[in-house]
Amino acid sequence: MGDIDLAEESVQDAFIAALEHWPRDGLPPNPGAWIATTARNRAIDRLRRAKKLTEKAEELGRQMTADSADQEPGPEMLTDRPAVEDDRLRLIFTCCHPALAADAQIALTLRLLGGLRTPEIARAFLLPEATLAQRLVRAKRKISSAGIPYRVPEAEDLPARLGSVLHVLYLVFNEGYSASAGATVVRRELTSEAIRLARLVVALLPSEGEALGLLALLLLQDSRRDARQDARGELVLLADQDRSQWDRARIADGLAALSRAARMDARGPYQLQALIAAEHARAARAADTDWPRIVSLYDELLAAQPSPVIALNRAVAVSMAGGPAAGLALVDEIAASGDLADYHLLHSTRGELLRRLGRLEEARLALARARELATNEVDRRYLDRRLAALSD
Amino acid sequence: MRYALLIYVEPWDSTPEQNTEVMNAYNAFTRAAVAADVMRGGEALHEAKTATSVRVRNGQTLVTDGPFAETKEEFGGFYLIEAANLDEAIKWATQIPGAARGTIEIRPVVDFPSPGNPGDAEQAPAGIAAG
Repeated sequence: MGDIDLAEESVQDAFIAALEHWPRDGLPPNPGAWIATTARNRAIDRLRRAKKLTEKAEELGRQMTADSADQEPGPEMLTDRPAVEDDRLRLIFTCCHPALAADAQIALTLRLLGGLRTPEIARAFLLPEATLAQRLVRAKRKISSAGIPYRVPEAEDLPARLGSVLHVLYLVFNEGYSASAGATVVRRELTSEAIRLARLVVALLPSEGEALGLLALLLLQDSRRDARQDARGELVLLADQDRSQWDRARIADGLAALSRAARMDARGPYQLQALIAAEHARAARAADTDWPRIVSLYDELLAAQPSPVIALNRAVAVSMAGGPAAGLALVDEIAASGDLADYHLLHSTRGELLRRLGRLEEARLALARARELATNEVDRRYLDRRLAALSD
Repeated sequence: MRYALLIYVEPWDSTPEQNTEVMNAYNAFTRAAVAADVMRGGEALHEAKTATSVRVRNGQTLVTDGPFAETKEEFGGFYLIEAANLDEAIKWATQIPGAARGTIEIRPVVDFPSPGNPGDAEQAPAGIAAG
């Protein structure tokens, strides 16, 4: 399918058909392939219905037959993995093309590859539906008028373009994960959608270590979803979480993906972040965490992807491994560079380390600054509690 | 001497009648320039929303959505190329020496309907409608 609108409508049709058929006929042996095959059949139906486009329907039919040259169209096509994979891969790379703005990539991916409808995506991103609809229309217009190809990139471009796909999934997950309390339900759709799509990418490109690394990272983060907010929706830090609430199945899944990733080439930033998350997942109690190992993983991550935010996280790990004074020295260095002057976590980290060093007045100032900069209600309430605790 | 005449106009919401009017005016200009034998080439571009900016830094290709936001750099010239799709166009753009120091903005050229297929001739492309 070369036409993105047609692809979209047909995939939606196929999801609807799945909802109708599956409860009646049971789950097909390969649901993903069923969806894609049904989508193609629906695409042909749609094209046929538009009489003017009969020719196009024939062309599409020929393309499909060419894709699966040795197979007659029919029920056998349900197991036609290679051609199906090809279609979905093409769609992913088109949706995440770097010539589209990041927010457009996210909206397109969720709309065309995820099962989400426009109003659901709008709700999840706290945007008016019209804004999101407009974003989708613009993105599709750019795809067609700028000639963004509907194909899997050439081998030499694949690492960079895969990076763009993984980044979109990472952003979708984070949007859902760092949610404020109010919209928890829709936000959870984003995290599960990101995980589902990461699994898809891993299934389609099984030898890409960073795709496995991202999947592992998302699964390990997601395993803590129920423990990181208490009953009132307040933020609970890693050290204070009730680890019995961690989702063991998710952790096992994440660790399995991670061990597959470890067998691939050099480890990239997602795999390194997943390794750090795995250290936390493996510790039965917060006190059992292997902080020196986490510091060395951060060293590797910082070398692979220099960024002040990673440097800040490393400083926290150093403070856990070697005491608050060592951590504070690093945080002050980052603060002096001015890179994260407006980042609330820099100030809250500083405040926390100062508190542990007994420098309470400075701690109060740092936490108050963090409180000013925090934009999320949950973060603000957390900082209010820290500030109140300081005055006790 | 040859000169490039660069057209800068603010996009506007035009009616189909206004589009036709603008198209007619451009056609008249083109005919006059051809008749005087001064015409050496020219194209209408799709709106800036369809633009893609390409830079090469430290051997890495950076692709972003949108037109080049003018700062200190100045428009220094252009190539008109035929490419199968945007990925091919980006490949060529990265090889222009200016990509390593400045930015190459890629804008798709408007394909006017051929006279044999006047189906959507009413719909003037945005680049022209902006004129």
